[in-house]
Amino acid sequence: MSLTHAVKEHKERRKKDNNAVMTMVIKKSKPSPVIHQSRLGTDELFMAIDPDTKQLLCYEERGEHPRGAISLENSLLADNPSISLHNDKQDCYIDICSQEVLSLFTDNFDYQHLRRHFVKGLLVDDIMGYKIFTHEIHSSYAARIDNYRSYDTISKDIIQRWTYPFVPDVRFSANCTTKLEREGMYKAPEIQQSRSAHIGPFTVIGKGTRIGDDSRITHSVIGEGCTIGSNVSIVGSYIWNNVTIEDGCELRHAIVCDGVIIKAAATLEPGVVLSFKVVIGREFVVPAYSKVSLFQQPTAQDSDEELEYADSSSGAIDPSIADAGNKLNGDIVSESSQIQDWSTSQLGPGGAGFIWSACDGGCEEEWRHSVAPIPTDQLAKALLAIEEDSEIVKVSDSALTPSGELEPGSDDDDSDNMDDSNVDTVDFEKEAEATFLRAAQDNIAVDDLILEMNSLRLSYNKSAGDCTGALFYPMMKLALESPHNTAVELQKNVASVVSKWHKLFEVLAKEVDDQIELIMKFEEMCLESTKEFAPIFSQILYLLYEREIIGEEAILRWDDERKDADESDRVFVKQSEKFIQWLREADEEED
Amino acid sequence: MPDVQALVNDFLNKLKKRKIEGSQATAKQTAELLRSVISQQRVPYTNQAGALIDSVRAIGEQLIAANPIELAVGNIVRRVLHIIREEDLSLTTAAVTELNLSTISDDDDDDGGGNQDDHPVLSAAAVAAAARSSLRPPSLQMLLEGAPEFVAVPRSSSSGGDSEGKSKSMDRNSRTRKLKHDVIEAVNELIQDITTCHELIAEQAVEHIHQNEVILTLGSSKTVLEFLCAAKEKKRSFRVFVAEGAPRYQGHLLAKELAARGLQTTVITDSAVFAMISRVNMVIVGSHAVMANGGVIAPVGMNMVALAAQKHAVPFVVLAGIHKLCPLYPHNPEVLLNELRSPSELLDFGEFSDCLDFGSGDGSPLLHVVNPTFDYVPPKVVSLFITDTGGHNPSYMYRLIADYYSADDLVVQRRHSAVN
Repeated sequence: MSLTHAVKEHKERRKKDNNAVMTMVIKKSKPSPVIHQSRLGTDELFMAIDPDTKQLLCYEERGEHPRGAISLENSLLADNPSISLHNDKQDCYIDICSQEVLSLFTDNFDYQHLRRHFVKGLLVDDIMGYKIFTHEIHSSYAARIDNYRSYDTISKDIIQRWTYPFVPDVRFSANCTTKLEREGMYKAPEIQQSRSAHIGPFTVIGKGTRIGDDSRITHSVIGEGCTIGSNVSIVGSYIWNNVTIEDGCELRHAIVCDGVIIKAAATLEPGVVLSFKVVIGREFVVPAYSKVSLFQQPTAQDSDEELEYADSSSGAIDPSIADAGNKLNGDIVSESSQIQDWSTSQLGPGGAGFIWSACDGGCEEEWRHSVAPIPTDQLAKALLAIEEDSEIVKVSDSALTPSGELEPGSDDDDSDNMDDSNVDTVDFEKEAEATFLRAAQDNIAVDDLILEMNSLRLSYNKSAGDCTGALFYPMMKLALESPHNTAVELQKNVASVVSKWHKLFEVLAKEVDDQIELIMKFEEMCLESTKEFAPIFSQILYLLYEREIIGEEAILRWDDERKDADESDRVFVKQSEKFIQWLREADEEED
Repeated sequence: MPDVQALVNDFLNKLKKRKIEGSQATAKQTAELLRSVISQQRVPYTNQAGALIDSVRAIGEQLIAANPIELAVGNIVRRVLHIIREEDLSLTTAAVTELNLSTISDDDDDDGGGNQDDHPVLSAAAVAAAARSSLRPPSLQMLLEGAPEFVAVPRSSSSGGDSEGKSKSMDRNSRTRKLKHDVIEAVNELIQDITTCHELIAEQAVEHIHQNEVILTLGSSKTVLEFLCAAKEKKRSFRVFVAEGAPRYQGHLLAKELAARGLQTTVITDSAVFAMISRVNMVIVGSHAVMANGGVIAPVGMNMVALAAQKHAVPFVVLAGIHKLCPLYPHNPEVLLNELRSPSELLDFGEFSDCLDFGSGDGSPLLHVVNPTFDYVPPKVVSLFITDTGGHNPSYMYRLIADYYSADDLVVQRRHSAVN
């Protein structure tokens, strides 16, 4: 990308607003929805940007919020007239800073991570009021390599020419002219390639490389001066300069550094990284995602500096110097003996080097940051995880309500919406039942019970109709529980209960609708749970009418409503037909 | 020569980063750079032309390698080399004339061998001196010995006394300065030619565009713009169809310019060219470079327009300044016929970033975007070339090469002092 435009913008902004200390360059790049990782192997990034002024308001990495939910502060929404939330932006790690940034770093000397500490600190800090702005690039290209996956992705972007004119066939370093042939193949001069070798699409072959018979090289980058034998298969690998690969080897998605020798018939599995001058022995299979180096893995890591020394020295230190004093762990064999005596090394016959086991805590995630593409089983796992997540949301609450109502999920189409309300209803009914039973047991006065029910109803935000339904059920149950032998006795029991508690219903079931609700509830009860009431339905209906719990209007309307219903629903209607008939005649008489 | 080196590096950078657009601008800057190089080049006492040529060649090689698709750079380098040879030749001719000898036959054609035989009888020493200090076609001796030898002034063979020797050396001194001076003058003329090529071409517009014609063009070319406007000035009324020239849509800019100058313009897409070609009287286009066989390297889409024109028997006229004429043939391995630019001109990277996710599958990209810059138009579909010097057939273009280039310079590579 050209920095001119971004720098100019930054300077102009600074003239107008002294608090604009930093401009961050960002680029649109969609993360993968399956594995929640950007193209470059970094975590998904969440940004809140003001679309008018381009100010950065919030910056979060997904790693800290594994479920993908971010919480925003109210002040964020209150202070800014418009915000746009993005999770499809990629941070290019190119920042244009003013001088205040340096002083900020001096003040806060424990800022170690640019984004996690510095940017977050600046965004949260209200006192100084410093602002960070963003600059989005569209047709230019900028990215940062900080793990193997981004190395792989950015190499492929360069081969695909997104970074034109900085592409392999433009002669920036003064050595040789690489030519671009069809299908993305870049070939430098002085390559010796056997006729039967097949060099596939999107490969870069460096100067002076020799390729033997029947070798197949696809989607790889090969450096200068390499010697590749016959029958070698190289897919998706990055091979640096002066590497010798003997016959019959197979390399898949590996990184091979300068001066490595891979002996005949060796295999490198996906994700392997071979450090400088390692020798892989004959017919040795290097396990996937392993890193191989001439130096032993440093085990005692007391401080970060030691590790840094080890990393920077690998491949550069002369073994004799290493012999002199570099003892990171106690059991290093002296280097000189290591050079001579590689026969017992881990890398097969004739190999030289050590396999570093994956660092603790990171081995599960090796596949995320590796050069190799993500294996299909991981993808499948991730897909499965997503499906499970969405299923949990769909499964409705399957608790059976105590009043015997049908399960809400079985009939309704929008059972999901009713989940919440059903849970509430169930709770409410339970509460109501409990209250009633307690009242019955403790012989609480009806008025008190009415008070309690009202408060319960208000707390659950339920209507009177719900209340009546909820109460009717335990009342009937109470009647049922008292000992009876015949239906007649049952009826008597009901009568006694009703007489005791009728005032309750008078208060609660004042509206016609509520009374209809009551009748319907009774119907349901008779059908489902308390089948004993079924034969005496009409009698009880009459009883309720007598007691003026339900009025004639309610009964008549119930009858009307059921007129068009199925036969099964009309059972009770038929039963009470005589009663209803009588009611109608009574009505007509009155008129 | 640190100054010159800095200039050269600066120009090389610009070429590598593709910051200079257009063959005319590139040609002009190349010529100016070479002029600075020549003026700052210290020439030895003898064979100054050889030294100049070597230095220009060295720099020219770098320039050509920096942007091989920009053929104008190579053209100008070869032109300058040719100028040096020409000037040297003419000076030698003058010098020999000074020595009261009958004129040596003036061969422009460097391939004409055996000139020695045509010379009238001269004092052998003088002839040898003349032959050695100029870049005439080499004698057999020189061929066997490789590069022209830098023989010292033939004092040993001078047939005169000191006074003659002195006058000769004086001549040489003045000749040194004169050579550089002449070369620089010629390069200035070249720069002037490059700058004014539009006017010379536009003067011919009236002969080709007639009343009530419909002209079709693709993309944007300054030459075409000037051409059409010159015809308008001469009170010809005609309409112009401009094909937009995706993906850069420079046709839009051209249409704006034409409309601003009062021409009736219609904008169409590239894909509509075949549909509209039947209503068109003539197709007039610019070019990026013209090859020795008459083929044209033109912005992408031009081949399609040329084929459409051929199919409907519409004349296809190519306007090209003479600096665009390249002495190489398209089958020459040095010539890159095309360059693939960034796919971001076609697709927005952000929108398609999920197709470019290399993490899944086997890591190979499923979506590949190709953005070629140029098209090669074969000579048989071109009806006419209009250059500074007039209108020519495509089959005539190779004849112009001899006027402007020397055969030795076709491969601009430094000759090593050791014999290969």
